[in-house]
Amino acid sequence: MTRGGAARAPKQCAGQARTAPPPVCAPMVEQTAQIIANERDTGPYFRLRVRAPLIAPRVQPGQFVHVRILPLKHALLRRPFSVFQVAGDTLSLLYKTIGQGTEALARMRPGEELSLLGPLGHGFTVPRPDGEIPLLVAGGYGMAALYLLAQRSPRKGLVFVGGRQRADILCEAEFRALGWEVRVTTEDGSHGEKGVVTEPLRAELQRRAPGRKLFACGPTPMLRAVGRLAAEHGLPAELSLDQHMGCGIGVCLACVVPIKTAGGWEYQRTCTEGPVFDFRQIAWEAAE
Amino acid sequence: MNLAVQIGGLALPNPVTVASGTFGYGVEYAQLLDLNQLGAVVVKGIRRDPVRGNPTPRLVEVTSGLINAIGLQGPGVDGFIRSYWPFLQQLKVPTIINIWGTSVEEYAEVARRLDALSGVGALELNVSCPNIKEGGAQFGTDPALLRQVVAACRAATRLPLITKLSPNVVSIVPYAQAAEAAGSDALSIMNSYPAMAIDVETRRPVLANVTGGLSGPCIKPIALKLVWEAAQAVRIPIIGMGGIQNTADALEFIMAGATAVAVGTANFYAPQTALQIIAGLRQFMRQENLADVRQLIGCARAGKGRAPEATVRHP
Repeated sequence: MTRGGAARAPKQCAGQARTAPPPVCAPMVEQTAQIIANERDTGPYFRLRVRAPLIAPRVQPGQFVHVRILPLKHALLRRPFSVFQVAGDTLSLLYKTIGQGTEALARMRPGEELSLLGPLGHGFTVPRPDGEIPLLVAGGYGMAALYLLAQRSPRKGLVFVGGRQRADILCEAEFRALGWEVRVTTEDGSHGEKGVVTEPLRAELQRRAPGRKLFACGPTPMLRAVGRLAAEHGLPAELSLDQHMGCGIGVCLACVVPIKTAGGWEYQRTCTEGPVFDFRQIAWEAAE
Repeated sequence: MNLAVQIGGLALPNPVTVASGTFGYGVEYAQLLDLNQLGAVVVKGIRRDPVRGNPTPRLVEVTSGLINAIGLQGPGVDGFIRSYWPFLQQLKVPTIINIWGTSVEEYAEVARRLDALSGVGALELNVSCPNIKEGGAQFGTDPALLRQVVAACRAATRLPLITKLSPNVVSIVPYAQAAEAAGSDALSIMNSYPAMAIDVETRRPVLANVTGGLSGPCIKPIALKLVWEAAQAVRIPIIGMGGIQNTADALEFIMAGATAVAVGTANFYAPQTALQIIAGLRQFMRQENLADVRQLIGCARAGKGRAPEATVRHP
């Protein structure tokens, strides 16, 4: 289960705070959301569209929703998913069936209801019209966290997407439809170039690096490789991290990652300070 | 209809609180629910210095429960006062501050620091965290040490003291009595239960800490039995907790002898739970023609229950 991060969560929330303005928070709400569509995309991947009028219009690129799959009675926790697309008062998720939660979700039908908490997290910085050219890097369903960023970016760039095989390459046509160039890699060579996603990225950066900025979502080894490439070329990079999550709203402290501080490092929350972090903030070695 | 209860010297507007460690510092939930409807806000455990916490994975979901090994990550007493107290101080309902230490002296020092704040409702002494090597559970599984910790805090503050007991003991009675004798005004029963999970694919324990504390609906019957036993052994009030996720769960604890209850793990997946239980208690009292929630405390004890033919079924 991956999420995205997006848009800066305001440090002061207006609106729903009934008690007093909290010092740190994201403008989240909990709402019942009716399923409009829930269909298989390819292989184990599904697309879910729900009506969530209190959440959908406020989602920023890279943010996520925390979903309570109501038919699950003995698996208690919500599941976090990056928001893939928004349209009016609806939002879409792109998910992979990997456990009892997502399998139960895949069995749900239009008309049934989910409980959504969102929008959550601190997402990607949307590029400025005169800013760097964005290079997006996705592993598998990491693509879901990057679509809104591509859609809302005033600058078009390149998307690098990788997976094990053809079935893991998702929503390629949708990125192309936005006018972005998509470079595909698969480990078995069944689609696009054979290899891992960071190889064509490395080649592209060797050809031309200045003025580029990297945005990535995918497995941790891929994110670390993207961070190394950014460091080698002196480029900025925003990485959306995935970590086992409990509450999604910053209280359980399960989803922490080591983040550098002035005096060393501390654990910060993927759900609140993240999921998107500047790669230079992450103290990978502290987690080993 | 009266829902107000007393926990030691602390007046709660209703008997439904939240469990330390499941509600952050209150502020995180302020957008999702009106904190001033709760019986009290109970914050995550604080010690003297900031605490980094355990490596990840820190949490694993199991059937009808969770196992956590967070390791009491927190800002320390100064960080708490600076970052969170200004918000908590404005609440109309009491704030109960959960504290812990690695020595008797540290417990007392933190109690003294918080005694100096104005507006604290009570201190809850965490002598039962299963995830801390030094401190935490060692104080809760040795009656002599438990007595020392409570007595040292008693000497350090006039605030009501609530001792949160460990379930990981042969009998809870001597611990409940030791806390009472040393000056605790109330008990919280229970903390999470030591547990673990193994990933059969990697063939390794799931949690980086190997073991953690089990919480959620799966521990409710265990917690209920401990409340039942302690309630008959002490005169001080008990806050019952362990897997509460609906009104019937809360009623079970009250009928077993708890004066108040705390919603814990349910806050993670259903943040409205505590407020729903408060509404549910009101409805139950209306249906049962009860004027005062205190009439229910301990009513399940021998001889105090109702004949089966007189029962009204509640959902």
